[in-house]
Amino acid sequence: MIPVEFYLVVSTLLFFIGVFGFIARKNLVGVLMSIELILNAVNINFVAFNRYLFPGQLEGYIYSLFVIVVAAAETAVAIAIIMNIYRRKGNETVNSIKELKN
Amino acid sequence: MEITSIAPWVLLLPLCMFVFLGLTSHKFSGQTSAKIGTVAFGIVAILCYYIAGQYFFGSFSVVNENGYEVFNKTGEVYNQMTIFNMEWMKMTENLIIHIGFYLDPISAMMLVVIATVSLMVHIYSYGYMFEHGHFDEGMSRYYAVLSLFSFAMLGLVLATNIFQMYIFWELVGVSSFLLIGYYFFKPAAVSACKKAFIVTRFADMFFLIGILVLSYHAQTFDFDKLNANNAKLVMDAFQITAESKGIAFLGFPLITIATFCIFLGGAGKSAMFPFHIWLPDAMEGPTPSSALIHAATMVVAGVFLVARLFPVYSFAAPEVLNAICYIGAFTALFAAIIAVAQTDIKRVLAFSTISQIAYMMVALGVSRFGNHETELGFTASMMHLFTHAMFKAMLFLCCGCIIHCVESNEMKHMGGLWKYMKKTWICFGIGCLAIAGIPPFSGFFSKGEILTACFENGYKAIYIVMTATAGLTSFYMFRLFFHIFHWQENEEYATMKHKPHDQEWQMTLPLIVFAVLTVFFFLFPGFNNGITATRGEMEMPTNWFIEGISIAVALTGIGIAYVLYFKKNDMPKQIMDKCPELCSFVYDRMKIDEIWYGITRSFIFGVICKSIAWFDHNCIDGFMNFCAWITKHTSYNTKEAQSGNVQQYVWVFIMGVITIVFLAVY
Repeated sequence: MIPVEFYLVVSTLLFFIGVFGFIARKNLVGVLMSIELILNAVNINFVAFNRYLFPGQLEGYIYSLFVIVVAAAETAVAIAIIMNIYRRKGNETVNSIKELKN
Repeated sequence: MEITSIAPWVLLLPLCMFVFLGLTSHKFSGQTSAKIGTVAFGIVAILCYYIAGQYFFGSFSVVNENGYEVFNKTGEVYNQMTIFNMEWMKMTENLIIHIGFYLDPISAMMLVVIATVSLMVHIYSYGYMFEHGHFDEGMSRYYAVLSLFSFAMLGLVLATNIFQMYIFWELVGVSSFLLIGYYFFKPAAVSACKKAFIVTRFADMFFLIGILVLSYHAQTFDFDKLNANNAKLVMDAFQITAESKGIAFLGFPLITIATFCIFLGGAGKSAMFPFHIWLPDAMEGPTPSSALIHAATMVVAGVFLVARLFPVYSFAAPEVLNAICYIGAFTALFAAIIAVAQTDIKRVLAFSTISQIAYMMVALGVSRFGNHETELGFTASMMHLFTHAMFKAMLFLCCGCIIHCVESNEMKHMGGLWKYMKKTWICFGIGCLAIAGIPPFSGFFSKGEILTACFENGYKAIYIVMTATAGLTSFYMFRLFFHIFHWQENEEYATMKHKPHDQEWQMTLPLIVFAVLTVFFFLFPGFNNGITATRGEMEMPTNWFIEGISIAVALTGIGIAYVLYFKKNDMPKQIMDKCPELCSFVYDRMKIDEIWYGITRSFIFGVICKSIAWFDHNCIDGFMNFCAWITKHTSYNTKEAQSGNVQQYVWVFIMGVITIVFLAVY
């Protein structure tokens, strides 16, 4: 069996790639994708720990399903917002949204 | 009537009238307010007369704080009575300030003076303020402030302790300020009221220092305790013995400093040199209020103060009494000389008031406890206070009548008025004779006693100065008298719509009352047996040598005035032309005002105020500006952090989490 550390390393890498993307990307779609990466890193952790620590139980799997559902809903909302922004501004970079500033 | 039950009303009634008239001034016409105020003060005056009469001639008793019954008279000696004394301000357990009602011969006498003059002024003002067929709009205000003044002055003379006296002292100052500035639309009146307030307030600063030093050591404010047993408490507190002057401060005995500071407060109110500058300007107020405040009552508060603390001065600080006597003599002569050159009739009277108050101060200054001869000055001073209040109030009220007719204060607009105003002429003449010291008018007795007291206590130089001042006094008073009533008739009178005339009864009655009091003063009982330093009986000596000299000097003064001013002639002008510089110097009040202004501008404004302003601008404002600068720059430099850029926040957040985790792990 593959030791749990492998899964954890993958999920950590995925998490930090997501964080990097979130911080560094100017494109809103890119930021959204980075958030998906972070959530997926969490999902990997859920599934891996469930498999190793409590093999007979299903909470971890169910939680990861929850996360996928919530992420899908969130993505749907976010995409709608981004579409609107794109329509109004003509681009979809993070810096273009500053109406609430000042 | 029980004295204890009516005594509070003497103070409460004028205070209530002040509040009532002040609050209802928009509801009533001036006429109604005047009537209410006069009737109310009439009641107060009756109470005052009753209390004073009971004290001097009747018999009653009060229970003092130790539970003993004190009668108004034991044998021939009047007792000091505290009619009531209640807690007023409790600062700490030991420092309690009382407010009360203190009767002794001088406060009983002051009750009579204040009641008489104030009542007469209330009546007189009713006529005086009625101008050109309509009442002055501010008449309610005038009567309200008059009530306030009466309240304050009564509270001052009846004070049981020096702190109560100080509070009422300031209250009289305020009401004087309000009355001088009554015509607030006149710039001269506004500056005069400010000047009066600031000068007296400056002097009161010394008064307060004196009170604090004295009562800190003596551990009491009460006059009763300070004066008791030949001021033993003060002597012990300051460790004064026959050999030493006790506790010293900066090389001076502390008691001298304290009592001199208290005297300076009195000098401010009583317009002694060099604090006299406010009084001539105070004549900008309505004439009746000048008669009340700046002739008869408030300005003698300083004399009253020294008389009230006389045992302390006499036993503990006789050197201060000496200083008082020299300051007084200088002021008397100085003011008399200035009065000679003034042309505004009220200014002449103002300087004559300064001079006469200085007489009272001199009389107190030459007086000491000891025997009847040395105590004579005290009685003479109190007597002069009484007689001066009466005849000077009368002179001022006469001036009011004249100003009312002529509508000018300047002598040159007057002349030949005797034909038109017979009653005023007679009353003014009586007043002038009294102040000149011609028998049998009241001033003769009091001034004669003052001169006798100076002479017999060995103050020969002072005696000569005071006699010379008496001559000057009679000269300038009769110069004024002849200039107003004789000289040359002003042609304008014949063509005037309202010819000058004696005024209606409200204005004539007070003149007649004062004239009677002045002429028949010698019939009065009281001053021989009562108002003495020891509160016992005293035979007033008559030194015919001194009386003769003073009458001769007074007659000389009158004679010179008669020659120069009775009929219009060129002599006064010729004399003045010989020394124009001197004349204008004296006319400008010997430039004392300019010296004060100079000191104020160059020293107070130039040095003290400028340095304070520099400190304010650079240190206090600088510190504030520095704080603001720091805040501003800090916020400029840190506001970058709040960029609104979520990605930046997340970056900081992540770094923070990593740091915390790193720290937590290791």
